[in-house]
Amino acid sequence: MMPALVAPAALLALASLPVAAINWHSFLFLLFAAIACGFAVAVVAATNVVRMALYLVLSLAATAGLFLLAGAEFVGAMQLMIYVGGTLVLLVFGVMLTAQAPFVAIASSNGDRVLAGVVGLALLAVLLLAGLSVPAWRAPASGSLAEPAATPLGMAFVGVRVDEPVAGEPRAAVRPGYLLPFEIVSVHLLVVLVGAAYLARAKRRKTQRAIDIVASVEPPASVAEHAAIGRGPAGAGSVLAGGSVLTGGSR
Amino acid sequence: MVEFLTSTVELPGWLAWTVAALVSAVLILNVIAGGALAFIWAERKVSARIQDRLGPTRTGGRFGWLQSVADGIKLLAKEDLMPEGADGLLFKLAPYVSFCASFCAFIALPFAFDVVGQRLNVAVFFVVAVLGLEVFGVILAGYASASKWSLFGAMREAAQVVSYEVPLGMCVVVPVMLAGSMDMVTIAEKQAGWFWNWYLFHDPFTFIVFWVYVTCAVASVNRAPFDLAEAESELVAGFHTEYSGLRWSYFFMAEYGSMYLVSAMAAVLFLGGWNGPIPVATLLGLSEGTGDTAPYLVRLLGLVNLVGKASLGVIIMMWIRWTLPRLRIDQVMTTCLKYCTPIAAVMFAGAMLWKITLPGGLMPGVGRPGGEIREGWLEGPGGRAAAKPAAEDQKVARAPREAAS
Repeated sequence: MMPALVAPAALLALASLPVAAINWHSFLFLLFAAIACGFAVAVVAATNVVRMALYLVLSLAATAGLFLLAGAEFVGAMQLMIYVGGTLVLLVFGVMLTAQAPFVAIASSNGDRVLAGVVGLALLAVLLLAGLSVPAWRAPASGSLAEPAATPLGMAFVGVRVDEPVAGEPRAAVRPGYLLPFEIVSVHLLVVLVGAAYLARAKRRKTQRAIDIVASVEPPASVAEHAAIGRGPAGAGSVLAGGSVLTGGSR
Repeated sequence: MVEFLTSTVELPGWLAWTVAALVSAVLILNVIAGGALAFIWAERKVSARIQDRLGPTRTGGRFGWLQSVADGIKLLAKEDLMPEGADGLLFKLAPYVSFCASFCAFIALPFAFDVVGQRLNVAVFFVVAVLGLEVFGVILAGYASASKWSLFGAMREAAQVVSYEVPLGMCVVVPVMLAGSMDMVTIAEKQAGWFWNWYLFHDPFTFIVFWVYVTCAVASVNRAPFDLAEAESELVAGFHTEYSGLRWSYFFMAEYGSMYLVSAMAAVLFLGGWNGPIPVATLLGLSEGTGDTAPYLVRLLGLVNLVGKASLGVIIMMWIRWTLPRLRIDQVMTTCLKYCTPIAAVMFAGAMLWKITLPGGLMPGVGRPGGEIREGWLEGPGGRAAAKPAAEDQKVARAPREAAS
């Protein structure tokens, strides 16, 4: 189906341009990284809650792009689902909290900024040191994007080791997986969730039953009379009387 | 396509990739935009038929074929309004966010064997994740409009979509579990053959879970009876109250795109994908892999099948919309949390037990071919032909470990 769509001469002319010399993997990596970092700064610099959330989403989505670029599709999709989707909820809360006065600005004080800058730079320094000290730092565009990147790890999490044992380790069949730690973390998260729900639930106030309130309130004279009349032999009248006592009580 | 461009036309690699990506993107864009035009016309006709009217009859001939085009021209000519108190940037950005989410999800959707923008080994997960982002544009629109109607509509939509992602995800997991893969191409391939090989008819649990999926899909794309975000009797037009012209139409393209997407996903996951109810191609002796014209014919047939099934799904959504009254917000939440989620969970467990106890089905040997599970990551990106020997795979798996030690 292609020959009709492609104009080969024009494309070949394009192909002789120097762009062919660019390492496109690095270019895309830098592009995504720049987007992620730029919008991360924008999150800090913005004053409107909803815009902050938007910038955070863009930053996280660019990170997902980095994962997809590295061939880790599952992690990329996970990033979209959990982080971007989670920020969605954050955004909802932002909208709810600022809904009384539209476009409320949140500005941090100078002291906060200095403190945040110190903490951020310290963390960056630690990460850079740790990152640069990895001995087998492989070039990103080495051509062989290892396909089963996350699978051995995931299998190990459910208790099956599919990765090759290194020297000195026992055979694959008897090596332990990470099922128990994984389950402990899961249960821990569940406990945290339940606890959060317990703390955040709407406090139920103890209220009396409506019938007790009605009984405790002295009905006004007219209503009492009405009720007395209503308690006569006529069936329809008693229904009416019941209704009026109730309204009298709730008043 | 990339192989063709590099080998036959002799383009350098990067240009071949760019051209292939552009062709895919333009085709998908046309599917969404052209599909929206066709389905808006169909919506008018279906609603008219259900309400005992005629619908459009004059624009472009007897059936009003050109009504959508006329609408499009009208929208182009409309003034682009923005409320005075609005947050300009977000207001302008919101429709594109919605549209982009819908568009991105199409990238991983296969239309026939190997006719897919980008074959991902986690395609199902990717589509569900990206589809959930569409609501982002809606919330931004509702917030940035500086209008109470819009804000209420957006909050309702957010609550609804976030809730319905849970049962939707559970429904989607069932075919994934049966196929042993999250690759949509693999899932559809597993249902090849006669229609009783479809996962809809795999066992009673999948049959029920399909209907739960339909309910959740309708809710997650905000169609009636779940269209509380734009309940016109209460909220004027909900989140798009303040929008006009082309920006407004982007929301609608996104909506119709998502409708088509969830229908196509239902087709791939439960209704055999591009495999028709009767395996015509196999009966005629055509195959996907070999020959000169046969692969193209088979793929064309598959394309017709999938588009037909997905369009049928969209038509059914219209039928539902014009038949059922709108639910209240508490009813929407009850449907999700008290019915859809538990049913989906129980059916998931049931389907799992069925797969363990009756791997061959009720009549072993009659129905589906043997139940081998193919790990997607063991294959190359090229698909079946590119499956590598196991030894080479282990080498790849070992490589990072050696590099680290």
